[in-house]
Amino acid sequence: MDAPVLDVKGLKTYFFTDDGEVPAVDNVDFHVKRGEVLGIVGESGCGKSVTSLSVMGLVPSPPGKIVGGEILYKGEDLTKATDRRMRQIRGNDIAMIFQEPMTSLNPVYRIGNQLIEAIRLHNSWNKKKAWNRAVEIMKLVGLPRAEELMDSYPHQLSGGMRQRVMIAMAMVCEPEVLIADEPTTALDVTIQAQILDLMKRLNKETDTSIIMITHDLGVVAEMCERIVVMYAGKVIEEADVQTIFKKPKHPYTVGLIQSVPDMRQKKDRLYSIPGTVPKPGSITQGCPFAPRCEHAFDRCITDTPQLEEQEDGSRVRCWLHDS
Amino acid sequence: MFAYTIRRILMLIPVLIGMSLIVFFLIRAIPGDPAQIILGQQASKEAVAELRGSLGLDEPWYTQYFIYMKDLLTGDLGNSIRTHAPISEEIWPYFAATLELSLFAMIIAVVIGVNAGIISAWFQNSWFDYVAMLLALIGVSMPIFWLGLMEQWAFAVEWRMLPTSGRESILNPVDSITNLYIIDTIIQGRFDQLQTVLRHLILPGVALATIPMAIIARMTRSSMLEVMRSDYIRTARAKGLRMFWVVYKHSLKNAFIPVLTVIGLQMGLLLGGAILTETIFSWPGIGRYIYDAIGFRDYPVIQSGILVIALVFVTINLLVDLLYAAIDPRIKYQ
Repeated sequence: MDAPVLDVKGLKTYFFTDDGEVPAVDNVDFHVKRGEVLGIVGESGCGKSVTSLSVMGLVPSPPGKIVGGEILYKGEDLTKATDRRMRQIRGNDIAMIFQEPMTSLNPVYRIGNQLIEAIRLHNSWNKKKAWNRAVEIMKLVGLPRAEELMDSYPHQLSGGMRQRVMIAMAMVCEPEVLIADEPTTALDVTIQAQILDLMKRLNKETDTSIIMITHDLGVVAEMCERIVVMYAGKVIEEADVQTIFKKPKHPYTVGLIQSVPDMRQKKDRLYSIPGTVPKPGSITQGCPFAPRCEHAFDRCITDTPQLEEQEDGSRVRCWLHDS
Repeated sequence: MFAYTIRRILMLIPVLIGMSLIVFFLIRAIPGDPAQIILGQQASKEAVAELRGSLGLDEPWYTQYFIYMKDLLTGDLGNSIRTHAPISEEIWPYFAATLELSLFAMIIAVVIGVNAGIISAWFQNSWFDYVAMLLALIGVSMPIFWLGLMEQWAFAVEWRMLPTSGRESILNPVDSITNLYIIDTIIQGRFDQLQTVLRHLILPGVALATIPMAIIARMTRSSMLEVMRSDYIRTARAKGLRMFWVVYKHSLKNAFIPVLTVIGLQMGLLLGGAILTETIFSWPGIGRYIYDAIGFRDYPVIQSGILVIALVFVTINLLVDLLYAAIDPRIKYQ
């Protein structure tokens, strides 16, 4: 395959708070190829969202700041891009949809106004042409009565419809990369499936690369080709989707997969990984997962493992898989 | 929306009846006989009694109130005891003077206050934020009569930049049509007078604007800070929108409802006549009009004046309520 559209190398995003600096994203590497769907998986607080906001240049600052690494979009380092350049890229080259469709649209402007705004920001089209494009994209994302919806306000739409509008708004300028931060978490299960189908279809039809950020392994299995597992601000495993589900290597990944309820087996108790995600930066020595790991041994406490390439092409950060 | 407006206007009736009753009784609870005041301390008992009779003051209270209300419904506010002129004609120039001054002050307060609040929220914890909020704190705590006196001392007496008091130049009075002098001078094309009128407005306008400006700035800042943390603002930024438009288009409209509430209340207060400011600047406004009437036990004038102020207050509240719906489509009136 060709060169990656987006290549993140050694990204470090720290938050500087009154209690000291917090490495929310610590040395994260991943890349997305053209037309690929990449999943970034992890529990809440593992740095998934901060990673995506870093790519968008939208980390709330202060207190957040990208302190190291590169974000290469088609070879251009976005961490060094000017404000003006970032505004050109946002929405036009890299677009993002968020977890909360209910609150992600501005309640006091009409849907059409918000869509047309996104279009005219990146194209010097007249209103009529932008309006037509907005209706076209609304139909593409499967919104019925698109012309009527243009004049509606967000509160008149259901959650699923609003998420479709969000997707339409993100896709309207045909971005190269779409970052979806938990796009289905807030939706009903049936609506979830529809939204995932829609994203898959758009991925096929437009060849847009998608970065799917989620804690839901079901979504990942459904959507993604390759998966990055994050824990405490670090990538701990990266592999293609089959390898992850058939032969997960890192004990954390194993735990995540085990904790998915399986309908075929009736268990009295669901499996859960003991403990909680440590506060970023609280573990400075050894593997951050060691305190929760069933297989931890002495070395895990003293030495910090690195992301090592395995024979099957996957990468794992674990002393159990040290070559 | 139309039905709601009509209903709200009808709801003003009981409010105004209640208001008129309260005023009617409060004034009569104040010791002092208007007939005696008109005739002076030396007047004979017979003369006072006769005047009481001709003023209707010897009637029982319910008859007095009934006559008052009957006249009110025909637009007759009665005659002033002091000047004998019909109040409905007499009151307008005073009210117009207050209206002009209040609007002028409110425009200053809104333009500066809202923008200061926005910039403070946008650059939270910057030096601008600190300075603006410190000034706002000083502004709300400042005694207005003192500020007015200082303004007069500095700008009128020391530097002779602006007139000390009044609405117009005595040597070159405005030919009033509407009694709103800005409008009058523009209609007549008297731009020399317009300039004089504006110069007279500045000092009392700034003095009156201070407190509303400070309150508006603080309210705008806190409301904007809350809105700017919301998800749709992140969406707007993710589109690639400039920060200026994120702030002035996407944030401001959402943040404006609490600000509008404050503007409405403050406007109501200003239109109620700022007696202190009007006195310091010899402004012939409604506050002064009522104040003078109180000193003279001029019952009809006091009653009518307070009634007009109450009417203005509820009307502004109604306007604010209607504007809510215009700003936020989620607000629907049944």
